[in-house]
Amino acid sequence: MKVLVPIKRVIDYNVKARVKSDNSDVDLNNVKMAMNPFCEIAIEEAIRLKEAGTATEVVAVTIGPKASQEQLRTALALGADKAIHIETDEKLESLHIAKLLAKIVEQETPELVILGKQSIDSDNNQTGQMLAALTNRGQGTFASKVVIENGKVNVTREVDGGLQTVALNLPAVVTTDLRLNEPRYASLPNIMKAKRKPLEVIAADSLGVDLTPRMQLISVEEPAKRTAGIIVEDVAQLVEKLKTEAKVI
Amino acid sequence: MKTLVIAEHDNGALKPETSKTINAAVKMGFPIDVLIAGNNLSAMSSQVASIDGVANVLVADNSVYEHQLAESMSDLVLSISDNYSHIVASATTTGKNFVPRVAALLDVAQISEIIAVVDADTFKRPIYAGNAIATVKSLDSKKVITVRASSFDLQGEQSAVAITSIDTVSDSQLSSFVSVEQTESERPELTAASVVISGGRGMQNGENFALLNGIADKLGAAIGASRAAVDAGFVPNDMQVGQTGKIVAPNLYIAVGISGAIQHLAGMKDSKVIVAINKDPDAPIFQVADYGLVADLFEVLPQLESAL
Repeated sequence: MKVLVPIKRVIDYNVKARVKSDNSDVDLNNVKMAMNPFCEIAIEEAIRLKEAGTATEVVAVTIGPKASQEQLRTALALGADKAIHIETDEKLESLHIAKLLAKIVEQETPELVILGKQSIDSDNNQTGQMLAALTNRGQGTFASKVVIENGKVNVTREVDGGLQTVALNLPAVVTTDLRLNEPRYASLPNIMKAKRKPLEVIAADSLGVDLTPRMQLISVEEPAKRTAGIIVEDVAQLVEKLKTEAKVI
Repeated sequence: MKTLVIAEHDNGALKPETSKTINAAVKMGFPIDVLIAGNNLSAMSSQVASIDGVANVLVADNSVYEHQLAESMSDLVLSISDNYSHIVASATTTGKNFVPRVAALLDVAQISEIIAVVDADTFKRPIYAGNAIATVKSLDSKKVITVRASSFDLQGEQSAVAITSIDTVSDSQLSSFVSVEQTESERPELTAASVVISGGRGMQNGENFALLNGIADKLGAAIGASRAAVDAGFVPNDMQVGQTGKIVAPNLYIAVGISGAIQHLAGMKDSKVIVAINKDPDAPIFQVADYGLVADLFEVLPQLESAL
């Protein structure tokens, strides 16, 4: 079966985001960018399905500016067979992304779509669920285990209080949690090979999706700063401070 | 204009997130109906009817909703959505699962994990692991919202209002429940506890987490963990505090053997008082801690337990 993996280019997870001085947004100029960590896990899972003989083809897709092709090449180097770049310089919302992806699902007809559960920049945790809704597929979100058998996909989900397993009819949509797998690194020969793999570019506005913003970003601010604390000498002083100064125990 | 709040529960008990989410909904300024969907809910509906600010309680009590699968839940919410301008749920794993599905089916954007209500259309929410706070205005006629419960207070009580049952049932057939594996714990729930003590990689192994038990018992605390501790297999993943785990804001948060990575801070830096115990004086956790103790946790934890 064919597996589609949507990925996103985001700020590197080790970089602390800085707010622009005019409070219009976060400053991404000259900041290190990378593939969203949850998307890496999604690619890894798709490649593992291919290695297990379950998946026949892995297609990576991203939506964003030209520079996002860098992350598609990474996906190809990790083992994806082909890549689709939906090019746009607009900052799109999850609903727009899900609608554009639904068009790609229509075109590519994958039996399984695997996405990350959230991107570490907007922290929305929406796209997979929205895509499942728009394509009328079952959804297995926050997956820590994915097993495909008898025309169904069994997804073990990380939920508050423990783990829940659901069975989804195929075709289906799965979103990855951090514990699904440990992503591999791309080897140099594979990075070289990835340069020759097919990468199709489609203009976002050619897909017939209304991309009018549904939300207005009014401002972006630094969170309230915590005031610097004190270093205590020993346990006795710590307990004393918590009792008399902070009054929390 | 009315607001629909979807209650958070586990069929057995109502979760405190429900009351806190109603608190957020009150700030949006419209009458509030609460939907409880699940199986064998009898006692819970009257409990919800007594939360201050609730106008009506709608109960969908059917085995189809027992596990609150996203496909059936979103169809249910969609079937009553015409009456509401605001649809609001807690940003728990249940809410995060079905609410975006509702939004897409209604063709509206969703606003995730709000931490403040500016007005009926405008909300504040953290982005970039809590390193920035965005103020966003919804341009859609319907607002679909999830609420970070730790940023809102519990609502008070009122004399109970009317309870209506919803009898129409839609079962999507797209998915089915297989099994659940619950983490058993006598301690308070992590997101609701007033004191949380968390261990990180510095705990070295799962057995050493027992060192936190005595202290947690004395403080009535919940026990949490950093991603490093979860990934190393010390403790189950539902104990994880952080950007990708649970968001907590207790009165007292004690971080033991946790360096304080951006992703961990995202889950606990709104705690009232933060204590850090770490042997590395340069650990970033000390930059947000109100009280820091630079020491070996294996020496300090037994001392702390006996001092309490």
